[in-house]
Amino acid sequence: MATSPKDTRGHDARAESGLPRERLVVVGNGMASLRFLERLTEIAPGRYDITCIGAEPTVAYNRVLLSSLLGGEVDEAACAFRGLDWYADHGIRLITGAPATRIDRENGYVRVGETHVLPFDRLVLAVGSLPIRLPKPGMDLPGVITFRDLADVAAIRKAAVQHARAIVIGGGLLGLEAAVGLARLGVETTLLHVMDRLMERQLDHHAAALVKRAMEARGVRVILKADTARLEGDGRVERLVLADGTALPADLVVMSVGVRPSVALAQAAGLAVGRGITVDDRMTTSDPRIFALGECAEHRGQIYGLVEPAYEHAETLARHLAGEPAEYRGTALSTSLKVSGLPVFSAGIVDTPDDAEAIVLSDPGAGLYRKLLVRDGKLIGAVFVGDIAEQGACKGLIRSGDPIENVDDLMFGRPVPEPLAA
Amino acid sequence: MTQPVAASTVRTTCPYCGVGCGVLASPDGQGGATIAGDTDHPANFGRLCSKGSALGETLSLENRLLHPQVDGAQVSWDAALDTVAGKLRAVAEEHGPDAIAFYLSGQLLTEDYYVANKLAKGFIGTPHVDTNSRLCMSSAVAAHRRAFGSDTVPGCYEDLDEADLIVLVGSNTAWCHPILFRRMADAKARRGTKFVVIDPRRTQTAEESDLFLGIRPGTDTALFSGLLVYLSDNGFRDRAFIDSHTAGLDGALDRARQIAPDVAAVAAVTGAPEVDIAAFYALFAGTRRVVTAFSQGVNQSAQGTDKGNSIINCHLVTGRIGETGMGPFSLTGQPNAMGGREVGGLANMLAAHMHFTPEEVDRVRRYWGAPRIITGEGMKAVALFEAIARGKIKALWVMGTNPLVSMPRADAIRESLAGLDLFVVSEAVADSDTARGCGRTTVLLPAQAWGEKDGTVTNSERRISRQRRFLASPGEARPDWAALADVGRRLGHGKAFAFDSAAAIFREHAGLSTYENNGTRDFDLGALADISDAAYDVTLPVQWPIPKRSGFRGAPQGKARLFGDGRFYTFDRRARFVAVQPPALALAASPAFPLMLNTGRVRDHWHTMTRTGKSQRLSAHRAVPFVEIHPDDAAAHGLAEGDIARLSTEHGAAELEVTVTDTVVPGNLFMPMHWGGAFASQARVGALVRGMTDPVSGQPELKATPAAIASVGYRARGFLLTRRQVAMPEGWWWARAAITGGWGAQFATADSSRAVALMVRGLIQSEALSGCELAEYADHTRNRYRCAVYDGDRLVACLAYAPAGERPDWEAAKALFATEVPDAAERRALLSGRAATASAGPVVCACHGVGADVIATTIAGGAASVEAVGAACKAGTNCGSCIPEIRKMLAGQTACAA
Repeated sequence: MATSPKDTRGHDARAESGLPRERLVVVGNGMASLRFLERLTEIAPGRYDITCIGAEPTVAYNRVLLSSLLGGEVDEAACAFRGLDWYADHGIRLITGAPATRIDRENGYVRVGETHVLPFDRLVLAVGSLPIRLPKPGMDLPGVITFRDLADVAAIRKAAVQHARAIVIGGGLLGLEAAVGLARLGVETTLLHVMDRLMERQLDHHAAALVKRAMEARGVRVILKADTARLEGDGRVERLVLADGTALPADLVVMSVGVRPSVALAQAAGLAVGRGITVDDRMTTSDPRIFALGECAEHRGQIYGLVEPAYEHAETLARHLAGEPAEYRGTALSTSLKVSGLPVFSAGIVDTPDDAEAIVLSDPGAGLYRKLLVRDGKLIGAVFVGDIAEQGACKGLIRSGDPIENVDDLMFGRPVPEPLAA
Repeated sequence: MTQPVAASTVRTTCPYCGVGCGVLASPDGQGGATIAGDTDHPANFGRLCSKGSALGETLSLENRLLHPQVDGAQVSWDAALDTVAGKLRAVAEEHGPDAIAFYLSGQLLTEDYYVANKLAKGFIGTPHVDTNSRLCMSSAVAAHRRAFGSDTVPGCYEDLDEADLIVLVGSNTAWCHPILFRRMADAKARRGTKFVVIDPRRTQTAEESDLFLGIRPGTDTALFSGLLVYLSDNGFRDRAFIDSHTAGLDGALDRARQIAPDVAAVAAVTGAPEVDIAAFYALFAGTRRVVTAFSQGVNQSAQGTDKGNSIINCHLVTGRIGETGMGPFSLTGQPNAMGGREVGGLANMLAAHMHFTPEEVDRVRRYWGAPRIITGEGMKAVALFEAIARGKIKALWVMGTNPLVSMPRADAIRESLAGLDLFVVSEAVADSDTARGCGRTTVLLPAQAWGEKDGTVTNSERRISRQRRFLASPGEARPDWAALADVGRRLGHGKAFAFDSAAAIFREHAGLSTYENNGTRDFDLGALADISDAAYDVTLPVQWPIPKRSGFRGAPQGKARLFGDGRFYTFDRRARFVAVQPPALALAASPAFPLMLNTGRVRDHWHTMTRTGKSQRLSAHRAVPFVEIHPDDAAAHGLAEGDIARLSTEHGAAELEVTVTDTVVPGNLFMPMHWGGAFASQARVGALVRGMTDPVSGQPELKATPAAIASVGYRARGFLLTRRQVAMPEGWWWARAAITGGWGAQFATADSSRAVALMVRGLIQSEALSGCELAEYADHTRNRYRCAVYDGDRLVACLAYAPAGERPDWEAAKALFATEVPDAAERRALLSGRAATASAGPVVCACHGVGADVIATTIAGGAASVEAVGAACKAGTNCGSCIPEIRKMLAGQTACAA
């Protein structure tokens, strides 16, 4: 259990005035947590006596780069954000490897591990989410690994020896990235997805087909409509059996079938919980002293599994706790990412509703796909593969609901005026 | 002496217009050839126009007819000819020999023509042998014969070099005879020759003139009658010439006075300003060296013969004929219309400039040893095709021409073919409208094309040149004369058709021309009657007449000009003035058909495009069939530039792209004659025109048909580029053009973008495109669709579809199509319709492929003259036929800058 120096350097007006500072405890040290701490200490330096605890043994790192790390494109150092000195310099007491085990609202403390207690005046829950394991036989066999944190990456890399055969279950973003990372390591990799297309929440069939093609070009075998029945093996996973009886040999199975918000702590404390921890537009839970943000939070019935809304949560909450007016209205669902170098963007509605028109640009040979969904002259959804240059404009239009001025500009980019050849 | 050329290079003659330019062809050994002008040929001295320059692009075997067919089934030559001979015999037995007809072509070689004429008129015994020359210059022939007693072109091209005034009547020489126009332009530069252009249309030729008279259609005789009166009344008569060498002036002059007593009367009839008419008359009167050159605007008229004679009258009254730099000059449209006339392959001739006096008939009978010599005229083209519908003609053999596009009321003719017991087509291409026609029995015979055939042609100045073979015949193609001779032998005339070479036929033809001639007939090739095979191969070109006594010293010496001695070929050796009829169009406009339709050629296409349609360079100038309409008429009919309009007459309809221009006068329309069913959905001139015939020549009126025009509201316009020709969907408007690397079709359709996208998907799933991948851009809300089809990385097709008002521009797509494997930005540009790079715009200079944008940029960059533009971007430096357009652009941009 590492701790940063307890004493702050006393920039705080309240401290100087002799009043005790409010104790702010942040549970969780992931990307949302760090962004919140950065913003809060920037807007209201020294205002709170901050303690941050993280379950993982390391400080917050860039989870988005996990697949690159897996594939060996980057090293662990490249994933780091802030060193321990940063936390110290900003008066934040950071405790890593410290899972919160209980919230005592009545007495206003958080229990850490079995013994430690952290009193709080305000509590921020940034506890993230947990990878889902399929409720099928054999899921607890050794060699079955989730893909969520640095420890997972280390475990996968350890198992991904030469001639190993890997199966990734789950054709969402993370699954694709895990599969590409494995393939890059030279492992014979098969990606299984239960739906009839990859990334079905973000991509339509055309875009998904392009992504599949890109996966295959990168050496990943993709099997769609693959319903995993069970895993088998003698003391270690040896094969995966599909519902149709097909047996696929496997030395390593990476489980990437989604995450669910970590709500156990909040639930036990009697906070209002839906799929996630229920918060209002100021990220406040049912207890006005307690806040939640990131993947564990449920706002207006919506939970998010992406970094962009988490950062918006962080911004909102930082402002709120700094005493500024702040309001979170939800994040328009959009995804901008690169599947191993292939840019993909998805925002708003994905599949064409009956009352909307799709405008489509598709050049599969060039790895290019763009779809704009338009209803009453307004953009309600966009899916881009291969070139996502106009994503900003699309996001803006979807969010604002303004009428589209020039569909061609949105589809092809603004034409660059060319001087006449002399 | 001619300069030696590389052993592999062959001297030959261009297969297009009647100028008859010498061409050097250097075959590449793979079925193609490099083409250059023959600097030694006296017609062109090395120059070639855009069409001639692009001959190398027209040699592909795509769409060629390669094997004989009977009713669509491939058969051997023997079987095909047995069918032809058997059916001809049966028709002759059942209906008489005059139920058999031949329809020949000014593109046949003289030798082919000769054998066809001999077979029909001497051995089958039918007088019904006519030719597409009937549609081209038969009025000029008739005018010559009425005035001179013979079908004689008095002058030669050198006269154009040496004239001080050239009057161009009904002739867009700049586009239709570009090399002659260059000679005229050179004369203008060298000696200040003045050009007067007389035409209802302000053509590119008119743009280059010193004086343009935009007369009403059909009023030429008024203008020249007025000129005859003016010349007579103002002391410009050549008394001595008139008295010694002519007859009939008084009658002709009386009639002229009735038609056109003074300049005011001429102005009233023609619509041209009095001041311009007076200027023309004064110029003509004051210039001794004047050539009046005339073409289809004169000939293709129900009064074409009178128009020709009204011109000739003015030359006779001033004695301006037969000397250097002067004379009436018929510019013919086809490479061998003149050869056909020499052979006698027209229904109103027998053979070799002989007609139907008993002496002439007997002479030809004896020379041929003909058992069934005909004794009178046959039906001329229009009547001949009408006779098919009436059941009078039961067997028709069409050779080397496409009457289902070019004949008046062509739709009716197509239907009438069904009544034929035998329909034979000798053709080089398999998909011409005529080759797709059907009789009860239909025989297609594969003919040799230019570059494969071997023989002679005669140009507009009576110069006989050789078309020589430089390519092997593809498939089973054979000379037309060989097919004809084989049929002659099958009909039992082995001795008369025992030809073993083109040279042997030429000798017999020359022999007939000189047979019992003794100077009584203008057409005399006596000096060539014994020409050896070797000499036939090397000694031509030569101008006729070349009688035996003119000698043959090393090389034959022809005659450049006739009638310099004032002796004509009438019985009294005097030329005739002809009293002409007052001008009147055969058909008047009516409330239902209020406009008058004129027809003609464009610069870069020739006839029905069976050859020029294969060249991407030639197809770039005008890619779709169009109708020109005056801005006032366009406004009245709700038509805008680029709209599709339906043009209809009492006989048929066409759908054409609208070009709004004040080069046509209000009330007039102009459409090109070229687009047949292989190149456009509905653009055949022949379907529209009534073709009222000239009472003397039988030539049909093709340039003044009452017509109506209306907008056609297609939902969308677009284009389709493919590597190979594809059939366009039923109900679409389309026009097809050769492009680099394949074929482009512009289209208009009532189908929605969604329907088109679905159709494309269906095609992609078809076998022909299996393995290909579709890239597309679809915005059905705005009725837009574009797609590209790739075979691997290679672009094999692309389509653009947009609302009708937008007309997607295809220049950029064509450029990308030419590159075969577009890069990522170019692939995107294909779908976006936004240029990846600046395009060159529509092609102006076809020779060097220079577009309007490039020329405009060059001018904007400071090029202030045609020469400067040429130096900067090469435009206009080869054939020069685009120089008028460049000049127009220069004028336009300078005006803008001023």
